[in-house]
Amino acid sequence: MIDWSALRQDFPILTRRIAGRPLVYLDSANTAQKPRAVVDAMAEFSLNHNANIARAMHTLGVEATSAYESARETVAKFIGAAPSEVIFTKNASESLNLAAHSLGAGLKSGDEVVISVAEHHSNIVPWQLLCQRSGARLRWFDVDDQGQIDLDGAKEDGLINDQTKIVSITAMSNVTGVASPVNQIAAWAHDHGAIVLADGAQLVPHSPVDVAALGVDLLAFTGHKLLGPTGIGVLWGRYDLLADMPPFLGGGEMIELVTMERSTYAAPPHRFEAGTSPIAQAVGLAAGINYLEAIGMSQVETRLDELTAYALGRLAQVPHLRILGPDHLPRGGAVAFTLADIHPHDVMQVLDSYGVAVRGGHHCARPLHQRLGIQASVRASMGLYNTEEDIDTLVEALLATLEFFKVSPGDDQQQGVRHG
Amino acid sequence: MADLSALYQDIIVDHYRAKHHAGLRQPFDVEVNGVNPSCGDEITLRLLMKGDRIEDVSYQAEGCSISQASTSAMTDLAIGVTVDEFAELVAGFREMLEGQGKIQLDEDRYGDAIAFEGVAQFPARVKCAMLGWASLEDALKSIHSRSVEEN
Repeated sequence: MIDWSALRQDFPILTRRIAGRPLVYLDSANTAQKPRAVVDAMAEFSLNHNANIARAMHTLGVEATSAYESARETVAKFIGAAPSEVIFTKNASESLNLAAHSLGAGLKSGDEVVISVAEHHSNIVPWQLLCQRSGARLRWFDVDDQGQIDLDGAKEDGLINDQTKIVSITAMSNVTGVASPVNQIAAWAHDHGAIVLADGAQLVPHSPVDVAALGVDLLAFTGHKLLGPTGIGVLWGRYDLLADMPPFLGGGEMIELVTMERSTYAAPPHRFEAGTSPIAQAVGLAAGINYLEAIGMSQVETRLDELTAYALGRLAQVPHLRILGPDHLPRGGAVAFTLADIHPHDVMQVLDSYGVAVRGGHHCARPLHQRLGIQASVRASMGLYNTEEDIDTLVEALLATLEFFKVSPGDDQQQGVRHG
Repeated sequence: MADLSALYQDIIVDHYRAKHHAGLRQPFDVEVNGVNPSCGDEITLRLLMKGDRIEDVSYQAEGCSISQASTSAMTDLAIGVTVDEFAELVAGFREMLEGQGKIQLDEDRYGDAIAFEGVAQFPARVKCAMLGWASLEDALKSIHSRSVEEN
């Protein structure tokens, strides 16, 4: 049995007081808090082993290179991949941009790229830019009112067909917590020879992930949601696919030979890592992953499910609260909702005065909010360090918010503060 | 953190509940769209001029209570004043919001808008309070550049 409340001691920030109250951090889908082990590992590296990697041949250079490449091995093992298939980037957005640039190099008018309306802006804008550059057409999976991808509708429409070159889909929504049928979409896309990319920014911190089982060709995710530091992300790709892809950014350590006429490029993954890499950040990410693996990702998933189920149950008791996406498991730990017609920014502000940190806005998923018929939402998202008491405080603060904005429990939703 | 009641003063809640000059009206000289990307607040604002004077400001907006109430209070001040007078009002309002609570507005000049002094203690909300004001600035600029082109 894991003592989840004892584990909170590994996260010093959780002892902070906000507005005179204990911090209740419910914004882990935005960024996760860091255990001391991550900060210590980065400090130990920077204070005792720091040097540039690959190019420095002295002892420290060898140590730094070894630390960086060992971090790559840790990431690879975590997702069931080979180290040569793991590219370090700045964040998930850069991973997706890298993929869009390199995969899209040969795209032309008449080709099609498919994404979904549930995507984070990072998995929309790079493809819009690619389609503008290449003349390819951007097409979209729709979702139903629960945020589930409409696979049947897409099949009827022939959304994926022989023109489809790339399909890029979120593995788990950062708004509704809905997991996409990545396997089925990948199989369909592969039948038409398309390359499939998954945005794993939310799934990878939530569930055990094995890239082979996921069935995709590429997977993007970020370090800072995995208890790691900011400034490091990952793009995993099948090695033979990466070997065929042209570089994204040019610079040092991504080349084989540079002459004044042309350059030849290093093999993956270094081909895609131009310039000095985020070395200490890679060390920190590996420490974050080691922390998660010491608990076990299955245990983490079970705990996040417990907290999410508890939150869904408690939130259902709050008058005028509408949950976006499913109100029951299975779903991820990002729980977005609206409260009467109080604007999410105003809800967030009152919650903050109770020490409760949530996100208010469209969570970088404006098309999804439009599809669900709302402008913005409040999002409480779970981390493995949250407790049932955190959720109780959230609910208490939400009830206080209704009172603050003078929405009485009996009011019809339409007669909330905006029209009052 | 500063007290919530400093932010949500009664005047603000009153404006939010019953916005002044809301809705999109005809006639108008120019229409602009404003957005606050961090929270998704959006506004469509129309401006009607009479000579150098702001004859009417109408708007349709989605947003938080601060952005809605601030736009409402802004229209009370803007309608009837000249372009230069409004420019001075915006400059003073912006300076106050960015002054971290150190700058007070003149109640005689700013009327209900002095209620937004509390926002200055919440840096994350300054953009909310500026949305309507900045949109009217944009509308005025667009009229100005149009008249320069015409001349």
